[in-house]
Amino acid sequence: MIELDNVQKSYDGGATLAVADTSLTVASGEFLGLIGASGCGKTTTLKMINRLEEPSSGEIRVNGRNVLEQNPESLRRNIGYVFQGIGLFPHRSVAQNVAAVPRLLGWSEDAIRARCEECMDLVGLPYAEYGERSPNQLSGGQQQRVGVARALAAKPDVVLMDEPFGALDPITRSELQEEFKNIQQRMDLTVVMVTHDMTEALLLADRIAVMREGKVLQIGTPHELLTAPSHDYVRDIVAMPRKKAQRLEELMRDE
Amino acid sequence: MNENLREQLLLLPAYFQGHLLLTLAAISCGVLISVPLGVWAEQSVRVKRPLLTTVSIIQTFPSLAILALVVALLGGRIGFLPAFIALTLYSMLPIVRNTVTGLESVSNSVIEAAKGIGMSPRQILREVKLPLAMPVIVAGIRTAMVWTVGLATLSTLVGATSFGNYIFTGIQTRNLVAVTVGSLASAGLAVGLDSLIACVQWLVERRNEEVDSKRLRQLRVAVYAVIALVAAIALYGILPQPRADFVVAGKPFTEQYIMAGLLAGELEEAGYKVERQLGLGSDVVFSAIRSGSVDIYVEYTGTIWANYMNRESNPGRAEIRAGVIEYLQRQGVQTAGFTGFQNRYALAMRRDRAEALGVSSIDDLLEIADELSAGADLEFFGRSEWLRLRDLYNIDFARKLTFDPSLMYTALVEGQVDLITAYTTDGRVAAFDLVLLDDPRGALLAYDAMYLVSDSAASNPAFMGMMGSLAENIPDQAMRQANRLVDVDGESINAAIDYLRGEIVED
Repeated sequence: MIELDNVQKSYDGGATLAVADTSLTVASGEFLGLIGASGCGKTTTLKMINRLEEPSSGEIRVNGRNVLEQNPESLRRNIGYVFQGIGLFPHRSVAQNVAAVPRLLGWSEDAIRARCEECMDLVGLPYAEYGERSPNQLSGGQQQRVGVARALAAKPDVVLMDEPFGALDPITRSELQEEFKNIQQRMDLTVVMVTHDMTEALLLADRIAVMREGKVLQIGTPHELLTAPSHDYVRDIVAMPRKKAQRLEELMRDE
Repeated sequence: MNENLREQLLLLPAYFQGHLLLTLAAISCGVLISVPLGVWAEQSVRVKRPLLTTVSIIQTFPSLAILALVVALLGGRIGFLPAFIALTLYSMLPIVRNTVTGLESVSNSVIEAAKGIGMSPRQILREVKLPLAMPVIVAGIRTAMVWTVGLATLSTLVGATSFGNYIFTGIQTRNLVAVTVGSLASAGLAVGLDSLIACVQWLVERRNEEVDSKRLRQLRVAVYAVIALVAAIALYGILPQPRADFVVAGKPFTEQYIMAGLLAGELEEAGYKVERQLGLGSDVVFSAIRSGSVDIYVEYTGTIWANYMNRESNPGRAEIRAGVIEYLQRQGVQTAGFTGFQNRYALAMRRDRAEALGVSSIDDLLEIADELSAGADLEFFGRSEWLRLRDLYNIDFARKLTFDPSLMYTALVEGQVDLITAYTTDGRVAAFDLVLLDDPRGALLAYDAMYLVSDSAASNPAFMGMMGSLAENIPDQAMRQANRLVDVDGESINAAIDYLRGEIVED
């Protein structure tokens, strides 16, 4: 479970707020989408959860513990992190990339090996075939699969994702989206995913928080957002996928 | 020629060892200083600019100037230490710059990932940034290594042993075999060390590969063996060497190489262990004999009189001798007598030209000097002797040209100049059948060669006895012939020394 209480973030001593007085709760096993335009504060909000950014005020708790009272490194080791840049270590093999966090946590070699095989199977890259490869030998989609496997390797129950599928081609993207949704449900992961793609948010998230200028305008299920938008802005950003869906429906009817 | 090559190759182990130790010590120290500095600079903008500027400025200093400055900062100390410090400073720029560049070029997404999965800043540096920057850092080290091997040849000028000994001795004694051996050896060492680093880098980058082929293993063993060998050779020089009983020194020209070799040979024959410090600068060797770091070398009264005592007069040969001896006593430098020869400046002409013009003394030049070209070595026209010559005879020449000494003789023989300032013991005076003009008004100084001896050596009766037997034993003609063997006939220094010893025994 993740709780944000009146969290604020300012980079200029309070003159402007990147994130303004935000409170939200993500229940265990829930998938929350954070959506908004560039610069709306969604990524900052995400990064404050694993202390890649520090809040200026307010409190953030992960599984009931204030993150500011924890060592940032050990906090991050217990939270999966996947981002658009992927950031695999090019000088390490795929298996070593996946093993990175368990190794930081000091697991035994046998446990690391077993967990690597498990995670790589989970993302569809069998250890025997891909373990010794260099990340540079993989396609973009395969690299992000490794990125997901690395995030899950230490068995976190919370995973943070920052536009994880943004750089992938549409087909690979929807494949990965679907597979990740399955993994999330199967492993009962608590996920916060930042995206600017409303369709992605609507399809994956249990609830969506729409952010604008550092504030959360509305939080609700996809259904609530589509049927009862509380602001014009929310109506506008859900209108686009709606229009597309309607257009597709018309096309199918015309045939 | 083959004898010459053999002689040069006999020197190879000592020069190789000196050059290797100097290079490896400087590069190791350079890496230990520069990589941490580069890491620091990459983390702090406030450090980066000043640091990179500083190491760049060091690099723009002429290398000889750095060597001279380090010697001065160490209070005149010569040998390994000043050369090592100068080379270390010189190695810094490529290593620091490549460390900064390499670290900066690590992709931000990799660093964000490392941070995001919970690596500490230290782990990010050690496990992500440094390994990824390593190829660029190693490239910097390789550049520095090649530079350092080349620059180490200059360290000969401050008394450190290197392949530069070949090169500087060879240039001064016109021994092209020595110059070639020295240059090839230096180039070979640069290529060898560069390849060694490349091999190590290649192996390190492949250390995690589980497919461990047989050839890879063989290469690994070979590289480790070479590293061990190189390290052993370099470290051999650090082992406490049996201390030399006497240090024999000399300046960088043929006569000095011969005389130093002669003195060293005599001492070694008597069973002493001798260290040679050859090719030192004039000021360096004179301060070294005063401080006792050199025990004996040959100096000239005219040089002491004009350069160290700063006298501008010429009271005549005997008075200069007396004045110099008194000065040396005040300076705490002992002498073991005069050699018997004198190597002074004299105006020289080709015999046919002198006879055609009817010239045998400087007085005979007065009428025709404004039609003559004179050639001199690089310093003569700047010395007080030239001013005195000009004023005493009221003479000046139509053209005054300066040359490297060897080219000066060529210019005279080929008729490009009418007269030159020859050295009286130079072998080329006889070889080219030159006429030395009389100096009836005594403008040119006497340059009696004498043995200068350190305090400690002077208190050794056996040593002084041996030197006493050499005193006044080498006539001008013998020294001239010895010089000629090297400068004109292309014989080795050792051949000239053997000749000179024969002359002494006969005496």
